[in-house]
Amino acid sequence: MRSAAIRPTDGPTPSTGHTSSTGRTGRSVHGIREPLSPAERIRAVVGYFLTVYRRTWRGSIIGRFATPLFFLLAMGLGLGSLVDAKAGGVGGLSYLHFVVPAIVATQAMWVAMGESTYQVMGYFKWNKMYAAMLATPLRVGDVLFGHLLTVVFHLATATTIFVGVAALFGGFPGWGALWCIPVGVVTGLAFAVPVFAYTASQETEDGFNVLFRLVVSPLMLFSGTFFPIDQLPVWLQPIAWATPLWHGVELARGAATGVVSSPVPAWVHVAALLSFVGVGGWLALRLFTRRLVA
Amino acid sequence: MSVALASILRVSSVEPDQSARGSAAAGDAASVCGVAAAGGVAPAGGDVLVSARGLTKTFGGFTAVDGIDVAVRRGEAFGFLGPNGAGKSSTMRMIAGVSPATSGELRVFGQDPASHGPAIRARLGNCPQADMLDEELTVQENLWIYGRYFGLTKAQTRERATELLEFAQLTDRRADKVEPLSGGMKRRLTIARSLINNPELLLLDEPTTGLDPQARHILWDRLFRLKRQGVTLIITTHYMDEAEQLCDRLVVMDRGRIAAEGSPRDLIARYSTREVVELRFDTDDHADHVDAVQGLVGASRVELLPDRLLVYTDDGDATSADLHARGVVPLSTLVRRSTLEDVFLHLTGRTLVD
Repeated sequence: MRSAAIRPTDGPTPSTGHTSSTGRTGRSVHGIREPLSPAERIRAVVGYFLTVYRRTWRGSIIGRFATPLFFLLAMGLGLGSLVDAKAGGVGGLSYLHFVVPAIVATQAMWVAMGESTYQVMGYFKWNKMYAAMLATPLRVGDVLFGHLLTVVFHLATATTIFVGVAALFGGFPGWGALWCIPVGVVTGLAFAVPVFAYTASQETEDGFNVLFRLVVSPLMLFSGTFFPIDQLPVWLQPIAWATPLWHGVELARGAATGVVSSPVPAWVHVAALLSFVGVGGWLALRLFTRRLVA
Repeated sequence: MSVALASILRVSSVEPDQSARGSAAAGDAASVCGVAAAGGVAPAGGDVLVSARGLTKTFGGFTAVDGIDVAVRRGEAFGFLGPNGAGKSSTMRMIAGVSPATSGELRVFGQDPASHGPAIRARLGNCPQADMLDEELTVQENLWIYGRYFGLTKAQTRERATELLEFAQLTDRRADKVEPLSGGMKRRLTIARSLINNPELLLLDEPTTGLDPQARHILWDRLFRLKRQGVTLIITTHYMDEAEQLCDRLVVMDRGRIAAEGSPRDLIARYSTREVVELRFDTDDHADHVDAVQGLVGASRVELLPDRLLVYTDDGDATSADLHARGVVPLSTLVRRSTLEDVFLHLTGRTLVD
């Protein structure tokens, strides 16, 4: 506690700095309270979301182990044995090695969507936790940033589990697989941050159907995930370049296997993903403020 | 001073009935708000905690608050009384520093919420109309989390939460999820939560709306204890009995404007008569009976409501005796004292709760 920063009080209770049994010390003393540092504010917000997670992690953790297993079985072993037998793999890779890094990026997208649609809507509308936070010294930026940090935590956990499980089943040719973890986090954020902004602009959850059916599902299929995008009609390929998932898939596959399908250098993929995060963050702060401070 | 208070508390827990320092209940509340209230009575003068001049809030083309002037002094219980849509909640949200004023001047603790929002919010307790609890978490988790938002340490928050659970009579439910609690319990938890930072000013927006009579009385008792300890209260309500019970001073709000200001007793003296005779007739339209009750002894005014006539009088018994002498026979006659409801009716021509 930085008691030196506590200024004189104007309340009826003197600020004597004592420690009484009634706990009236530090920031509970009447008068001007010592402002919270940005780190304290963010920690307080993250503290809430982690408290929620302590209650719900058992439900989500099962899914985080099961999803990669299902994908490995269906795509890697089922479809993979067919592709490898008929076509001799994809671009010099076995289909399993081709598809697993891409699924890491895709799963990050799905986790990000889960954390930034109904969850965020709930904190706006249903339990109004954002509003409850803003009745305290916290600001909109603290609430948004703290929640996004929590999403980073979820992305990192989910991606690490996925990479670990896939590695056990021979999903990667080498240690480059570890790069899939940060790539998964950044890819996930490139979805989560703009979708936070989108959710802030939605009055009802109806808009999420559009998002899932017209954006997320097609992206999963047409971002070079299950087949290289040069298999697509030429006019469709630029659309893939403009979406975050293709950049994430290329990065993850390049890092894990050394094989890429385009001449685009890795830094361009990173820059593309970070620009989704940056522009999305700017939009999200504006839209959160518009919705919460009215 | 808090040390002294704490030692008093310890003594009083051994000898609860020391008349010099009031009842045990006073000690109970003292442990919660920690304000040194000499005598426990709200001061009349005091410094101004909230002042508004020409305060206005518009949403698009709709004017919710239309240029109001208000001053709330330290230690008083101040009320905004008015029907739904009068602009009470919008005013409260501006004072709480969660909603920017459209125009006019607003100072809370002498600071402008537009530029000092976090500093102001650090010192006040905000109990909004919706409870805004995380119902999936436990009662005490809701308090612990909130303390951290104010920058209290973990130890401070836990200690404070224990006191507040006692104050809110929720100690035995502290480890339970919030979701199955009754409306009154959730409301008390919200109030407890808003006290976590030991606020100097507590804002309560419709604190008892939707609660049953017993829950309302428990809540009033808790609020009254806070008031006795010198916590400044600002309350909005559309219940005139709540305003009369809790408020030292209030403004009557209607359509974004202040229609009158004063203590409940002042307002009744100024805008109503001492008593009211309520008459119900066996009729489809009470307007048919207005002429029959004009000019009764002691009466000064007759108000027509859809289901009854109100005769404003200085002597209800004399008025109803005169009515009887005229041979007018209503279905029922009730003589009562004037209330803030009558003040509101007189000022706006409408009832508070329709």
